[in-house]
Amino acid sequence: MPTVSVKRDLLFQALGRTFTDEEFDELCFEFGLELDEITSEKDIISREQGDQKASEASDVVLYKIDVPANRYDLLCLEGLVRGLQVFKDKMEAPRYSRVNPLNGDPQRLIITGETASVRPHAVAAVLRNITFTPERYDSFIELQEKLHQNICRRRTLVAIGTHDLDTISGPFTYTAKAPDDIRFKPLNQNQEYSATQLMGFYKTDSHLRHYLHIIEDEPLYPVIYDSNGIVLSMPPIINGDHSKISVNTKNVFIECTATDLTKAKIVLDMIVTMFSEHCDQPFTVEEAEVVYPDGRMVTYPELAYRTETLSADYINSKVGINETAESIAQLLTRMCLKSEVTSDGAEIQVEIPPTRSDVIHACDIMEDAAMAYGFNNITRTTPRTYTVANQFPLNKLTELLRLDLATAGFTEALTFALCSQEDIADKLQKNLKDTKAVHISNPKTAEFQVARTTLLPGLLKTLAANRKMPLPLKLFEISDVVLRDESTDVGARNSRRLCAVYYNKTPGFEVIHGLLDRVMQLLEVKPGRNHGYYIQAAEDSTYFPGRCAEIFSHGKSIGRLGVLHPDVINSFELTMPCSALDIDIEPFL
Amino acid sequence: MRYTKLEVGFLNMADTGILESLLRLVDKVDGGIDSQVVASSLGVDHQVVVGAVKSVQALGEVIEAEQRSSKHWELTGEGQEIAEQGSHEARVFKAIPEEGLSQSQLMKLPSGKVGFSKAMSNKWIHLDKGHEGGPRVFRMVESIEDVVRKKLQQVQMGHSSQLEEKEKNELKKRKLLTEVTVKSYWITKGSNFSTIITKQETELTPEMIASGSWKEKKFKPYNFDAMGVAPDSGHLHPLMKVRTQFRQIFLEMGFTEMPTNNFIESSFWNFDSLFQPQQHPARDQHDTFFLSDPAVAHDFPQDYLERVKKVHSEGGYGSQGYKYDWKIEEAQKNILRTHTTAVSARMLYKLAQQEEFTPVKYFSIDRVFRNETLDATHLAEFHQIEGVVADYGLTLGDLMGVLHQFFTKLGITKLRFKPAYNPYTEPSMEVFSYHKGLNKWVEVGNSGVFRPEMLLPMGLPEGVSVIAWGLSLERPTMIKYGINNIRELVGHKVNLQMVYDSPVCRLDS
Repeated sequence: MPTVSVKRDLLFQALGRTFTDEEFDELCFEFGLELDEITSEKDIISREQGDQKASEASDVVLYKIDVPANRYDLLCLEGLVRGLQVFKDKMEAPRYSRVNPLNGDPQRLIITGETASVRPHAVAAVLRNITFTPERYDSFIELQEKLHQNICRRRTLVAIGTHDLDTISGPFTYTAKAPDDIRFKPLNQNQEYSATQLMGFYKTDSHLRHYLHIIEDEPLYPVIYDSNGIVLSMPPIINGDHSKISVNTKNVFIECTATDLTKAKIVLDMIVTMFSEHCDQPFTVEEAEVVYPDGRMVTYPELAYRTETLSADYINSKVGINETAESIAQLLTRMCLKSEVTSDGAEIQVEIPPTRSDVIHACDIMEDAAMAYGFNNITRTTPRTYTVANQFPLNKLTELLRLDLATAGFTEALTFALCSQEDIADKLQKNLKDTKAVHISNPKTAEFQVARTTLLPGLLKTLAANRKMPLPLKLFEISDVVLRDESTDVGARNSRRLCAVYYNKTPGFEVIHGLLDRVMQLLEVKPGRNHGYYIQAAEDSTYFPGRCAEIFSHGKSIGRLGVLHPDVINSFELTMPCSALDIDIEPFL
Repeated sequence: MRYTKLEVGFLNMADTGILESLLRLVDKVDGGIDSQVVASSLGVDHQVVVGAVKSVQALGEVIEAEQRSSKHWELTGEGQEIAEQGSHEARVFKAIPEEGLSQSQLMKLPSGKVGFSKAMSNKWIHLDKGHEGGPRVFRMVESIEDVVRKKLQQVQMGHSSQLEEKEKNELKKRKLLTEVTVKSYWITKGSNFSTIITKQETELTPEMIASGSWKEKKFKPYNFDAMGVAPDSGHLHPLMKVRTQFRQIFLEMGFTEMPTNNFIESSFWNFDSLFQPQQHPARDQHDTFFLSDPAVAHDFPQDYLERVKKVHSEGGYGSQGYKYDWKIEEAQKNILRTHTTAVSARMLYKLAQQEEFTPVKYFSIDRVFRNETLDATHLAEFHQIEGVVADYGLTLGDLMGVLHQFFTKLGITKLRFKPAYNPYTEPSMEVFSYHKGLNKWVEVGNSGVFRPEMLLPMGLPEGVSVIAWGLSLERPTMIKYGINNIRELVGHKVNLQMVYDSPVCRLDS
């Protein structure tokens, strides 16, 4: 969930009133936001770098507000204020419009065919006669960063470049070139670099190094030039220094290059709807033309308004309220969804503005109606759904057996389903290939290399962590292991196992054997060769030679028991003899 | 036996002779006697009498003993020496002959240093610094009175009350006197007073029962402050005890348990079927465990897969869709499921394939996996609790009502709901409950109504709504059992003593 940091006093000034922290928290809650933290730059620096570094920092109060991940229109102060003011009926949602330039032709961005292999899409727009203040400027930069981190998926899907239009001249060309053929002075640097040099240069940059991988291995890098060959940007890495904007910039040229055109259009719409507020003609955006390699020309920003028609009955029946069409239209209007009741009074026409890209279905409108109504004002009702409960048979058996194993004097352990390859193979003196384990491709540490194929290592690790406890230690676990299985759609399946260990100064084979007899008694399987259970000497490298037996029930092998091999005991950092029982309980369903 | 061991010990320490002498003394006096008086009249150490009192007390109501404490002044070792030999200053005075004594010689005397300065300030002696042959000390007065010694002798004879407090404190400052507190007992006759001690039995034996001899015997009283012997038993894990209770709650509410015994899931069922777009951050390597072997899943219901692809990339069912290039390769990737909702999706798809729709209530409690950074409250695997209801005409109010019933069974009655975002539910609500201890609202779960883009491609009828909610099993368990670090609860680093000691789980109390 993205967090937006705004200065409290600026926020209150824009909202036209002050709030106590509690009041503002309450307003956030109602609107689906969360006042996550109240802090200041000073607090943040002193927490991260110590008091000394913080002494110079500002102690202006900051509100950190968590914004839902799909509400890009609330990622800056401008959008937050607009959303809250409309919600509290303090203002009407503005209408955003795309306009022609006052004089001359629209700016033009020409896409060449070379971009197809690396980053094929681009959109553009102009904010004309904008007035920045230091706060607005910071907010503008911050919004781009928030968009980059969220909807742009760390610039992989979309990268934004903003330029001082008065320093460059169109038409602009968006192309892709070999890295050695791109040379320019990047933002805030004093000299020119080739793209190849830049990629090396930014390897150590704490911010930019995270984006290098997006194009690093491409034969051609994306680049935007103006008509004089000046580099505007090398997306998605860095802008040129030449066209950089400042607090004094009056005309901003915005380009978004992308691998996902839908997201690029949304991002462009968000930036211009949020910041056209500060233009001489508020909420107007100057169009720009994008020419595709095939000659097609499209005008941006889209700033599309869409109308959905739905009935009051739909809203009422989904939310569980009983409001008139008029009242629902009013609720929706407060969510920046301007709504009107149709002339016959039967339906509601809802206009979805370009800022609400999150509204993609009538159910999104229904949710907004519910929010404006107030979730906590909705009457809580009991559905009349009549059903009979059933337990999952495997879990039912597990619950019953767990209780009886504890009654038999064994204590339940709860161990991880993920472990290292070593745990299920080397340490048990088994070959990894024979384990039928599923392997994880992206573990952060060795603890998460495989899903366990047996419960035994988890229990032995539990013993090792509790060596100080009085002996004997008697542990069990009934849980799932995971095995490869070609017969399922995913190629693996769970298997429910019962595993128990007895750890003492003597091996206690008879104890673990007695537990097997008790489990079989509980499962109503009598000792015997044919229709009962029996154990038979077996070779198993995990167990001490001559001290391991295979367990058969109704003629089928269900597991093993025995005294663990001293090398296994050592590899789990244990010092006492230990016997174990390990069976599959699924045959007893 | 633990309950009587203590008393046996005391009996052995004090022989019965002392006990009976003590009892005879108590018998003779009216209104009681102090244990210190007993000690001096029997000519034994006070501690021996204290031991005897405790031993007799252990026999029942023979005597009553009330603890008292008294303070008195005693001479220190140095004080005793002075009482016998005189104060340092007096000894210095006596050591100086008519013709005086050189200062260096005087200082060599045992009382020299202290005695010199005291005698000087008393103006008993004077020092001639310019004397030929070095500084020399002479008497200044004919005779002296050794007041310090006299006072100490008074205290020694037990007449400390004749001294003023100020005088005693001064001597205390000079470390000659000390004030001691003596704990003694005021002993009186008990309701079962007797001067004869009868031997007591420790335990009832089969022989006593057979012969009836128990009727004549006296039994040592038990010490009920001792702990009992822990029974030999196994124990259930606290997290599993809480799981049992949650299962019970769902079963009481008529919910059927879903088969969640498949940790490995395809991205298709875990994400795509839930209308979670393929570029969603949750599908990132940083958040989800992907499998290298078996890396991909096969055998998807083909027509359903086509509908899922369409609703993501183009929309449909009244939706704009996400308008992106949906790839089967992404959907095929095997993962460790990130939520049990993947199983709910499979169950709802199965439900949609029925000839005729029937309403269902499902639940599950099982493990899910996240490739997250670990800390005191986050592990790479945890248990998710999930409830799902599918029926015609369910409302958001119904979801709140069901949540209210569910949480009431957990002992949580004060709930409120915050709008939230979740890719596969709309509306989505975070559930908050009022925490009396923390004095604030805390998040206790997540909930929502499954999106039409998830349900309609499955083939569920248009009017059917599916409401669902989820929470983790670990968090309520940590709160219930007061555990701050999740590793002490889950995994092999568990503290078995904690498992042994954990109480039964009643979530509503």
